[in-house]
Amino acid sequence: MDDAKPAGATHRVDPKLLEILVCPLSKGPLRYDADRQELVSEKAKLAYPIRDGIPIMLVDEARSLDA
Amino acid sequence: MTADDRMFVFDRRAVRRHRERAAHGWPRHSFLVEEVAERLADRLLDVNRSFPLALDLGAHGGETGRRILGVKGVERVVAMDLAHGLVARADGPAVVGDEEALPFADAAFDLVVSTLSLHWTNDLPGALIQARIALKPDGFFLGAMLGGETLFELRRALMEAEMESLGGLSPRLSPFAEVRDAGALLQRAGFALPVVDSETITVAYRDPLALMRDLRAMGETNAVLARVRRPPPRDLFPRAVEHYVRLFAEPDGRVPATFQILWLAGWAPAETQQQPARRGSADVRLADALGTVERPAGERAGAPLPSRPGKA
Repeated sequence: MDDAKPAGATHRVDPKLLEILVCPLSKGPLRYDADRQELVSEKAKLAYPIRDGIPIMLVDEARSLDA
Repeated sequence: MTADDRMFVFDRRAVRRHRERAAHGWPRHSFLVEEVAERLADRLLDVNRSFPLALDLGAHGGETGRRILGVKGVERVVAMDLAHGLVARADGPAVVGDEEALPFADAAFDLVVSTLSLHWTNDLPGALIQARIALKPDGFFLGAMLGGETLFELRRALMEAEMESLGGLSPRLSPFAEVRDAGALLQRAGFALPVVDSETITVAYRDPLALMRDLRAMGETNAVLARVRRPPPRDLFPRAVEHYVRLFAEPDGRVPATFQILWLAGWAPAETQQQPARRGSADVRLADALGTVERPAGERAGAPLPSRPGKA
């Protein structure tokens, strides 16, 4: 693993990580929205933010898609 | 058990806040996690399997991941923690997530490890079940959590101080699990071949205040939901410090703090594992296997207990 992470490079989510992530509420699949930096759960109608390349998979922090 | 009967001991938002706070200056206070992570990697060495993809639950700053990478064929470690500030320090892929609601697909991992985080979950059985579901069949779980004897010195000192100034007790330290609970929990969570054991680590502090500062810096301060919201009496902590020194100080003035580490290990069930044989399926007599002679049990085994003397 790299010792010093270049600042920009960490802002991409690891594609292999995306393959195994699901919505913690519905356990349904997630759609990666690269523009908004969000992981969208259509089933739970929630969008989970990605900060500095790290998905925040907490219902508390998710944006509701209903509004 | 319905969701309503469930007891929520910990305020998970408080746990998260404490951990985010701990992220600042974390490397100066990570020694206990480092120590236990080291021991976890040692224990993994004894397991005769290879685990390409691992998940580190409650990863802190990635201490465990760094140690298990390359051990037993571990190629990648996904670090998950409640606190962004902590997990951002991990080397590999990182996720902010809650042990009580895992964001991973079923059967995704070969190995799930956890170092000193599971003692903060309200629903430990639920967290263990989720960890088991995240494992592939025959995947391995190895976790270390703080046990019931942790900080017994501090509990005692606080208790003495509180009895003096309030005439009663309030929960200022979190409840921890016991060894006997942990074994049953693993079994209930559906792990095969569960093993639990415990060890203690004693840390010497300059004085009790140094211990308390350290606990705060580790993000390990009280997150008990029922904690007293009104501030403790002004003299509670000074008194507790006095009791701590009186009861436990070493001749050189340093004070010990005990951390009990509970080790939990188990396998996600698989067809290929050892299974108990079906009843009556043996083709060798037990007596032959033991090299002894089979004797009828006689009257005694089935005989009723002698009736109790006195009134019938």
